[in-house]
Order: sequence, then C-alpha cells, then structure tokens
Amino acid sequence: MAQERLVQLLTPEGERVEDPEYSIDISADELKALYRDLVMVRRFDIEATALQRQGELGLWAQSLGQEAAQVGSGRALATGDYAFPTYREHGVAWCKGVDPVQLLGMFRGVNHGGWDPNENNFQLYTIVIGAQTLHATGYAMGLMRDKSDRAVIAYFGDGATSQGDVNEAFVFASVYLAPVVFFCQNNQWAISQPIEGQTRVPLYRRASGFGFPGIRVDGNDVLAVLAVTREALAKARRGEGPTFIEAFTYRMGAHTTSDDPSRYRLAKDLDVWKLKDPIERVKVHLARTGQADSVFFAEVDAEAEKMATELRAKIIAMPDPNPDEMFAHVYAEHHEPLEREREEFKSYQASFVDQP
Amino acid sequence: MITLAKAINTGLRRSLEKDSRVMLMGEDIGKLGGVFRVTEGLQADFGEERVVDTPLAESGILGTAIGLALRGYRPVCEIQFDGFVYPAFDQITSQLAKMHARALGKVKLPIVVRIPYGGGIGAVEHHSESNEAYFAHTAGLRIVTCSNPEDGYWMIQQAIESDDPVIFFEPKRRYWDKADINTETSSIDLHKSKILKEGTDLTLITYGPSVRTCLDAARVAQTEGKNLEVIDLRSLSPLDIDPVLSSIEKTGRGVVVHEAPTFLGMGAELAAQIMEQCFYSLEAPILRVGGYNVPYPPARIEDHYLPDVDRILDAVDWAIEF
Repeated sequence: MAQERLVQLLTPEGERVEDPEYSIDISADELKALYRDLVMVRRFDIEATALQRQGELGLWAQSLGQEAAQVGSGRALATGDYAFPTYREHGVAWCKGVDPVQLLGMFRGVNHGGWDPNENNFQLYTIVIGAQTLHATGYAMGLMRDKSDRAVIAYFGDGATSQGDVNEAFVFASVYLAPVVFFCQNNQWAISQPIEGQTRVPLYRRASGFGFPGIRVDGNDVLAVLAVTREALAKARRGEGPTFIEAFTYRMGAHTTSDDPSRYRLAKDLDVWKLKDPIERVKVHLARTGQADSVFFAEVDAEAEKMATELRAKIIAMPDPNPDEMFAHVYAEHHEPLEREREEFKSYQASFVDQP
Repeated sequence: MITLAKAINTGLRRSLEKDSRVMLMGEDIGKLGGVFRVTEGLQADFGEERVVDTPLAESGILGTAIGLALRGYRPVCEIQFDGFVYPAFDQITSQLAKMHARALGKVKLPIVVRIPYGGGIGAVEHHSESNEAYFAHTAGLRIVTCSNPEDGYWMIQQAIESDDPVIFFEPKRRYWDKADINTETSSIDLHKSKILKEGTDLTLITYGPSVRTCLDAARVAQTEGKNLEVIDLRSLSPLDIDPVLSSIEKTGRGVVVHEAPTFLGMGAELAAQIMEQCFYSLEAPILRVGGYNVPYPPARIEDHYLPDVDRILDAVDWAIEF
C-alpha cells in the first residue's frame, strides 16, 4: 500500500508535531486530564480481563491499545452528543460518564446491557456487527427534525465496514446530510481476519464513494483523534453531513478472552505496535516538557488502583437476577400469554419450596 | 363504502394528525403513494419530513427507524412486499424486538412495520409470501393482521399508539375489498380475536386474507346443513386464545386456515394449544388447511396452492365425519 496521509499531532516518541489541516491548543491541565483518562481506561480493561480469568465474568472484550482512539473521540463529544458503541467502547463509556460497573453486567451474564442510554447519551453495547451505525444515523435524522445543535457518533471496526448495514448507514447519512460522525477504529483485525481480508483500499477512502469526506488519523495519538473528531462534529452541527474517521490503531489484546491470537498473527507485529503505545507517548511528552512530574503520575496510578479495587469488589458482589426477571421487560405493555407463562414459571419454582 | 387500502390510508392520516411524532418511511411512499397507494396523498399533506421516501434498503429503513424511535419519534415503516423484508430481518428480530429488554425497560421502541402479504394477485416471485410465523416466533414483537376495512382503519391507529414494536400484516389481495366502516369509535382492542359468524358444528380459525375465504366456505356449508363458527384471530402475537378454546369446547371440532405453509405455521401452534387445553372436548383432530410446504408457486398455478372454499370444506367434511 502506498504511503497514506495520516493525521498526527503527537509522535510515538512523545514529540508534538504540526499537521497542515488540524491543530490543537491544549493546556497542561487538559493534557493531564487526557492522560488520566487513558490510564483509568487501561486499568479498567486490565481488571476486567483479570475478572474474566478468575471466573467472575463469562467473557471480556479488551480495549487494550485502543485507548487513545476512544478517549480522544469520547472527549470531543459535547454532553448532548449521542454515542452508539460496539461492545468494545469502554473508553468512550468512561468519557460519557457511564459507571464502569454497569458495563460489566452483560459480560458477567446478569443482563444484556441494562443501563439507561439516555442518562449519559450512550447507547447500549451492540453485538451484531455494524447494526448500531443505522441506529446512529436514524438518531441523527431525528436531531435534524428537532432542529437540534447536537451530533451523533457511530463506532465500528474495520470488519464492520464489510457489513451491509454500515454501507446502508453511509447511504442514508449521505443523502439526508445527517449530523453523524462515522468513527471506525481500524485495529487491523476482525478476530482472525486481517484488514487485507476486508478491503483493497484504505478504509477512509471509501467515504468519497458515498459522497462525504474520509480522513485517516493516528488512532494511538489522543490529540490528533481529539482534533479530527472535534472538527467532524462541528461540521455535522453546521449541517454539512457525515464524516468518516479511520482511527488507525492496533488491537493489542485478543478479540475477546475466548480468542487465541497466537494462532493467526506474529508476536513481532505486536512488538512494533508496543512502540506506538497510546499512553506512553503522552507520559513522555508531559514529563519531557515539564507539564507533569512523578508525583502526578503516581497519583494517577494510585487512583486507577483504587478504581480497580472498588470495581472488583462491586463485580464480585453483583447479584444474579431473580430468574423470573427474564419475563419482566419483553414488552412495554401488557402481554397476556407472557404473563400466564410467567405465572406458570413462578408456581413451578414455588413447588420446590416446601420440600423437606 | 371504502376499500381496505383507503381505510388504512385514512387511519394513517388520523395518526399523523393526532401525534406530531408519528412519521412514515419507506420506498416510493411519497409522491407515488406506495405501490399499492396506501400512503397516497399523505406526503403532499404532511410534508417530506413526516412522509419520507427512503433509499432502497430495507435494513436501512428499519435501522434508522430504531434510531428515530430512540430520539422519541414513532416511525411507521413500509416494506414494499412480504418477500423484501428479509434484508431487514436482523434489525427486526435482533435489534427492534430485543432492545427494550436489553435496556431492562428503559427505552421504548414504538415502531410499526407495515407488510403487504399473501398471494392471489398473479405476481412474480417474492411478492406473494406469508411470512408471519418468522416474526410471531420472536419475543418482543407484536404481530397483527387486518382482514377488512374497519379493522384496517382502527388497527393501524392502535398499532401506532402501541409502545411496543408491531408488525402489521396487510392482506394485499383484499386491499380492494369494500365495506362501510364506523370511524366514530373503535369497537375492539388491537389484540382481541373476533367471532365473525357463530356456529355449532365446527370452528374455522383464520386471519388476514383467508377470512373472506372462510366466510364464503361457511356460507356454502350452511346450504349443506352445517353450521360453522368463524373466528378472525386479528392478533397472532399475543394470541387471544381464550375465545378459540371456548369455541372449540362448544363445537368440538376445528380447522385452522392460513396461506402460509402449514409446517410450523400458526396452525401448528393453535392445534397444539387446543390439544393441550381442550383435549376432552375434541370430537376430531384439529386440521390445518394452508399453503403447501414448497416455495410460493408461479402465479399460473397459485390457485392450487392457496386454501380455497373447496379445500376448506373438504377438511370440514373430514372432521365432521370423523
């Protein structure tokens, strides 16, 4: 593949660089806040992985390596902006203020999501690949009808770009000029299928065929992601329609805790990407420019440890739902056969109670 | 006198007038008024924001409708023909049907999916299917079907008012059936079945396009001295089973009639429930008269596939003589 343009504002070595189109003016406090987000999100992910290994979660989808793509885009969102995630957007959830404990319910197997999407403008995780991009587009169509100044961001991965729903979302968003940003984290792998198995052109170039701009950004550079996403959201608010952002990153972990990447990719590829770590470059930059010292880094680490400890305690204490809850929210309105079945289930259960 | 198509059109108009959050979306529903003209004149009166001509993508229609519903709208989606709904199958069964439960009740999905269904109009492939069982098998959806203009007028409005997703099947070969309708008060709840003709010898249980065929069969049977009861189910999920069971307890015999293939169709479910709950009232096995278990045949031979008066009376005779 020819050398593609890649927006970058902070190199893997922690050096601030200029981009001809995008710039960012960021204070020391703001940069430190982003660093804190990145560390917290990674610590959360590591704790969740450990909880799965210890049997407290049935499954976990790691976000390891994708923190900058998620935090950069997540922090570009205004409070009123709505995010439609896949099942791996833990960093975006963090930025939107979703309680991390709530994210784990579905992975523990006590619910299928369960949080109120409207509380933080963060839709439930969607597992069927790409389906949420249409929901995001429809929500954006609703914003247009409401003459709202809000925008929507739809998350998906490189594999999802092969799905019909994602392509249909591009068509609808394009013809209606819907205020939606399509944020693709190209982490190079769809479980075992490499990006070459999904596309013969760089993903961001697909956008032009749909009639809207596409841009590739260093997905491990939180500043570049923030700048590019802010601009795309501003464009959406101005009524200029969708933008496709390809955040070029790497899935440093397995697809999920059930996956074994050693069967299909080389350890040395991972080594290359370790040198591009999204957190390390911010830390180096903060330290080298004297914007933060070791006390600050220690404080953030301590805070992350505390969050992880509390998370662990809450997950282990998370109760199973009452079995008859499976009948509780199938319908919003009364459904007679369902109620009868629920009663049958309850009396069957009750039939065991009085046994000696 | 008003046709079923016009009755649904008028019902949609009432809903658009009553609630500004109601919007229609689908292929060719605006200027053209839909391929069956069910949405005729609505875009002209309510504008392109509320009666939306969409790109030609069924999953896109359903998926964006879900997003609009999350934003507080009440979309009514038109699928142009029964056989074109499958590209939207995931959005309907995995997203629309389950999202309320996934959110533990914290979001509602008041979406109606209108599907013209069934055969008998001499169409090419994919334009004559009866695929209601796929959807009735999915928890979280409500499945209803009208058989006459008055029901078309009221049921579409009731479906739009429901806070749950409703799949609204419209019997396309009955679109041009005419009747006088009462537009003052709705007589019956969306999910109630209706006894259209009382009888004592056998119960015909049916819905949608087969209702008229069953009424015709009952009329012929009457001339032969057999008094048949005819029940229009109207709602397939939830199934209003109690009136069916009471009827079977009275007549002791039942025949289920629908255009869909009989294998794992609504008739199978009805026969099972009747057998479970009315075993000692039965004088004969419950029979099913439906489509054969083949792909919907070419138009020139569809009359041999669709349940007609003769096939229904054949089953009636068999059950009565059993």
